[in-house]
Amino acid sequence: MNTTIPSRSVPRAQRGGLAYLLRAEWTKFRTVRGWVLAVVVAALATVLLGLLTASGSHSSCPEGPCPSPPVGPGGEAVNDRFYFVHQPLAGDGSITARLTSMTGIITYPPPDHDEIVPGLVPWAKAGIIVKQSTEQGSAYAAVMLTGKHGVRMQNNFTHDTAGRPGGVSAASPRWLRLTRSGDTLTGYESTDGKQWTKVGTARLAGLSATVRVGLFVNSPGDLTVERVGLGGSTGQVRFTQTTAVFDQVSLHSKAAGGAWSRVEVGDGPGMTDWERFHRPNGLEQSGGTLTVTGTGDIGPLGAEGGQSIERTLGGAFAGLIVVIVVAVLFITAEYRRGLIRTTLLAGPRRGRVLAAKAIVIGTVTFVAGLAAAGVAVPICTRILRSNGNYILPVTLLTELRVIVGTAALLAVAAVFALALGALFRRSVAAVVTAIVVIVVPYILATTSILPLGAAQWLLRLTPAAAFAIQQSIPEYPQVISHYAPQMGYYPLAPWAGFAVLCGYTALALGSAVFLLRRRDA
Amino acid sequence: MEATIEVNDVHKRFGPIVALDGMSFTVKPGHVTGFVGPNGAGKSTTMRVILGLDAADEGSALIGGRPYRSLRHPLRHVGAHVDAAALQPSRSARNHLLWLAHSQGLTAERVDEVIEQAGLREAARRRAGGYSLGMRQRLGIAAALLGDPPVIILDEPFNGLDPEGIVWMRGFLAELAGQGRAVLVSSHLMSELQDTAAHLVVVGRGKVIADAGVAELLAAVSGDRVTLRTTAPSEAARVLEHEGATVAALGHDTLTVSGLAAERVAALLGARTVPFHEVAAHRATLEDAYLELTRDAAEFRAVSGQEARR
Repeated sequence: MNTTIPSRSVPRAQRGGLAYLLRAEWTKFRTVRGWVLAVVVAALATVLLGLLTASGSHSSCPEGPCPSPPVGPGGEAVNDRFYFVHQPLAGDGSITARLTSMTGIITYPPPDHDEIVPGLVPWAKAGIIVKQSTEQGSAYAAVMLTGKHGVRMQNNFTHDTAGRPGGVSAASPRWLRLTRSGDTLTGYESTDGKQWTKVGTARLAGLSATVRVGLFVNSPGDLTVERVGLGGSTGQVRFTQTTAVFDQVSLHSKAAGGAWSRVEVGDGPGMTDWERFHRPNGLEQSGGTLTVTGTGDIGPLGAEGGQSIERTLGGAFAGLIVVIVVAVLFITAEYRRGLIRTTLLAGPRRGRVLAAKAIVIGTVTFVAGLAAAGVAVPICTRILRSNGNYILPVTLLTELRVIVGTAALLAVAAVFALALGALFRRSVAAVVTAIVVIVVPYILATTSILPLGAAQWLLRLTPAAAFAIQQSIPEYPQVISHYAPQMGYYPLAPWAGFAVLCGYTALALGSAVFLLRRRDA
Repeated sequence: MEATIEVNDVHKRFGPIVALDGMSFTVKPGHVTGFVGPNGAGKSTTMRVILGLDAADEGSALIGGRPYRSLRHPLRHVGAHVDAAALQPSRSARNHLLWLAHSQGLTAERVDEVIEQAGLREAARRRAGGYSLGMRQRLGIAAALLGDPPVIILDEPFNGLDPEGIVWMRGFLAELAGQGRAVLVSSHLMSELQDTAAHLVVVGRGKVIADAGVAELLAAVSGDRVTLRTTAPSEAARVLEHEGATVAALGHDTLTVSGLAAERVAALLGARTVPFHEVAAHRATLEDAYLELTRDAAEFRAVSGQEARR
């Protein structure tokens, strides 16, 4: 006897399995109060640690509020200091100059720190520049010779194009030319003043009709970083100065031929008397030869110049630990009780079951992380500012990337932890593994317990690389700075670092699905 | 879907242990099929293979002609209760049923229906962690009923039930079978299935020992053993042995006779005027049948257990 029993309550019987499984896993998640609370705690911990750090971080200057660094046309904080020999340039035109000498001094460098030595720092600069005004932070384009990096064309602080390498001497001078045509500036170089090679072009949107054109010289500080004991390092920046000799300076424009003005751009209260008077920056003119001496740098300001916004998310690692525990328990609790069998009875397509779990835990943590970071960043930066700290400005897009990226980091890490839970089927083993490969490398690398090289490799090879998604101030090859994880610089680009975590997660989840399909439940 | 379970020559090893060694049987709709055998005979493993939890090394287990893992909304085809402990302790019974319902596209109304059916209304919103074994069994039954399935598989559902619960469970199983469902119920105690199961699959050492209706099984085992009380046991024994029976002395005036029916014993003794005052056909219980059928399996297990240790 064979009987067929009509099923009573079978609505939407044809509709998709994954949607049902997702709903089931969500119901599972929200009906364990401990898990829901833990995710709320993870979000709160992130915010509270941020608030704690922000309210404990004060900064003050002897004379009223601390001066803010200038901001470049791209919205970033910049260094803009150089000696500028200039005159107006109305409309289109060009400037050409021959550089015959570039020398400098470095004060008290290592190893003995006992004398002033002649020499150029790698990014000492001497060349020609077209700049919106003599105001710090205004738009510019420049062609220059550098201490160690040959001829470059740079514009608006963050852009750098390499020309030919090599230095300069009286026997082999370097010719530089910069032409303006509307918004477009083109840099050229030559060894003889006849055969010109293009170095690069720059578009300076919104450049005024009349701008400043002229010669500039500067020299960034000489940085050395020393490790001090375990987990510390000290950076020293020494005063340096560059002197460049120009001749054959010619200006082609509608109203060329005025007298040269001179100004120390960025001559602020930060200068010591020694800097002012020992060997003053300036211009010496004899006939057609102009000798210009300058110090300082034109370029983006690094993370040492203020507080970066991601410093407000230092508590995210605490939230991450809680998230890892919840994500692991989301699956290992089922193994512990044998509930996994009920789950697999309801969803015999095992890959889909794990996918549904991953989507649910990932979405839950993403939302919690987004709420936490979305609250922590704006509120904590406001507190930091009111405590006199300077917050390095970033674009809205970067700020969004930091916030959304932090949420995504938590979400993917949760999926990774879930996959480990499915692989190990044991809570403790999975939690410990997840923390050892994500949280521990992050802490080891960013607190400079390890040598720089080891720290950077950890942040390339382990899932902790994903914290790069929080880096708001990029590293620039044309600026020498202490690009170390503890300063907020990661060895991989933000999305590349995030991709490392995604790769590990895909691998873990793939293996978990493979084993779940093969193993008896 | 056809409400049958077909298990065909299923083999399954766990390392050196042979769990299933050619298990084959069919469960038909409309009655309760008891699945009995000593602990370790392979009942739970067979059920896990049927339910797609364990993969068979060889053979097939089909539900309505299809492997479990290919069922689209499996709980609407098969309701199973395999492990009463499989609960998240902090989740309430209702929420446990709710996620199961959601996994099959069923609604909360259906959850409330099965809670009512399983008699769990009072406790449904309490943490499942605080449930007694009996309540967990009821919750498991509720979960099995959720999709209103034509096939129901229950592993040791009587465990932990109080006498009242056992009566309830028996009635419930009979009702489910009466609705035309195929009901497979495992137990290691035959007495639990007495009066409930119409068909029995008796297993030992990973294979089927007997697969028959309860009445046939009883008849086969009770055979024609006769208890005889007489004041002349030696004379009676001589007469009966002469007719081909096997006779054993049970006491100074009691004999057990096999090979002859009770009526024939009475007639033979009457004809030879051997005095006797009682001839009783021995009435076997399911328990006896079961013990007799599984005796070899139990002995074998003891030996193979030693071998496995070696």
